[in-house]
Amino acid sequence: MALIEVDNLSVTFGHAGSRVQAVRGVSFAVDKGESYGIVGESGSGKSTVLRALVGLAPVTGGRLTIEGRDLAGRRPADFYRKVQMVFQDPYASLHPRHTVDQVLAEPLSIHRFPDRGARIARALEDVGLGPGFRFRYPHQLSGGQRQRVAIARALILEPEVLLLDEPTSALDASIQAEVLNLLDRLRAERGLTYILVSHDLAVVAHMCERLLVMQHGQAVEELTREDLRGRAAAKEYTKALLTASEGYRAAAETAT
Amino acid sequence: MMSGAFSREWLLTDAPASRGQARAGQAYRSWLALKSNRLAMVGLCIIAALVLMAIFADVLAPYDPITGHLNTERLLPPSWKHLLGTDDLGRDIWSRIVYGSRLTLMVVTLVAVIATPVGLLVGTISGYFGGFVDTVLMRITDIFLAFPQLVLALAFVSALGPGIENAIIAISITSWPPYARLARAETLTIRNADFIAATQLQGASSLRIIWGHVVPLCLSSVVIRVTLDMAGIILVAAGLGFLGLGAQPPQPEWGAMIAEGRQFIIDHWWVATMPGIAIFLVALGFNFLGDGLRDVLDPRAQK
Repeated sequence: MALIEVDNLSVTFGHAGSRVQAVRGVSFAVDKGESYGIVGESGSGKSTVLRALVGLAPVTGGRLTIEGRDLAGRRPADFYRKVQMVFQDPYASLHPRHTVDQVLAEPLSIHRFPDRGARIARALEDVGLGPGFRFRYPHQLSGGQRQRVAIARALILEPEVLLLDEPTSALDASIQAEVLNLLDRLRAERGLTYILVSHDLAVVAHMCERLLVMQHGQAVEELTREDLRGRAAAKEYTKALLTASEGYRAAAETAT
Repeated sequence: MMSGAFSREWLLTDAPASRGQARAGQAYRSWLALKSNRLAMVGLCIIAALVLMAIFADVLAPYDPITGHLNTERLLPPSWKHLLGTDDLGRDIWSRIVYGSRLTLMVVTLVAVIATPVGLLVGTISGYFGGFVDTVLMRITDIFLAFPQLVLALAFVSALGPGIENAIIAISITSWPPYARLARAETLTIRNADFIAATQLQGASSLRIIWGHVVPLCLSSVVIRVTLDMAGIILVAAGLGFLGLGAQPPQPEWGAMIAEGRQFIIDHWWVATMPGIAIFLVALGFNFLGDGLRDVLDPRAQK
């Protein structure tokens, strides 16, 4: 049985009169240890799927299950020990007045973990930040370093599932590769399950075994990494998306 | 290592080695920014002078502020013997102003200590939860805001009875609503920030989020507002004193002193003018400091 199942998920924002259907009838399943990608253009509802999974967006239809258990309404405390999320913009996801140490200590104190000091030091080590970063404020860190702190925060509760909402799109190209390699290494070391949302097909092809293409809040089709590499897309939209990313790449290569 | 503690380098390092050092460094950076603001330093000096005056009133005041020499020293103009003159009861006005600084400082401190937390709490709770809670709390705030502060304070003092303590309570009751409004507006802008969502995803309770994440971010703008309001609070306290509802005679409250001097204002101008200048200076000091704090603390003003 799949670890996470999303069955016919719908998310609607707003009240009668000004309703926005962000997600319409999306279904997919993710196995334990798998890395699953969701691709689409801006406004396709891909981030909303993630937010619905963790309870930040209202589920108006369909079912979400993790390990066969229904997720509805307020999540139980142990849900957050199992599922954590990394946000898109590392400049917005860290509290501006909290040091790295405070950011990492908070989840430990919420879930009453012992030996917090040692865990914080280890978590920083794991994401490639030395002890010199522990007592800095976010404004003393670069974008890549901030995203590493955000990843450390997500991993410090030792979750099984990591939801990644465009984790590299706010970063420079050179830093992107570093963070993606870091995420790859952590998954291999800990047997994590990833759901990665991105608009960048190259990132998803690098990171994920399977992916879902979304458009206008609906699922277009599901592809494997091999399909993607062999350009074996069935739907017009996916083909257009593939051509678009190729075109950009070809243009970039002829330019250099 | 110990010799380096509290040095400039230790405070401004990019890689602090402990929580305390990180905090001290942050405070020192704010202090440096405040120090470079000349008007803020003028304000700070005025307020420091007020505090010192209140502490060392016994030393600074040459005469007793309560009893004067009715026969020989009534309504004397400023002279070397009585720097700021004397009032109709033969009391030295400088001594009364010096002792009055204690009352002014007490009013300002107590109002800040009472009204700031109430406003912060109501505002952040209202903004964070939204919906029904927000509606109820904000309508209560609206009711308070519908009256001019002095009029509402007057009503409360009349109900509680005249006296400086009741004046403080009345001013506190009437001055929290603007802070609640401000804190709510700040909370609304950060409620949907990713760092709040990230904290929710760690399973944090609403109380922990409001206290640990929302309040620290609202605090600076509320502190700025409170500092700027200090001038107004002093004026309301003086106004209540002037109307005879604040400090009671013979307490040397500055507003009450102006009221007493009003009868002689044509022939003996110094009786009402000197406490007026004192109020003016302290109000100005708080305004300068508030402006400076805004430049230093307000995240939007930076960069």
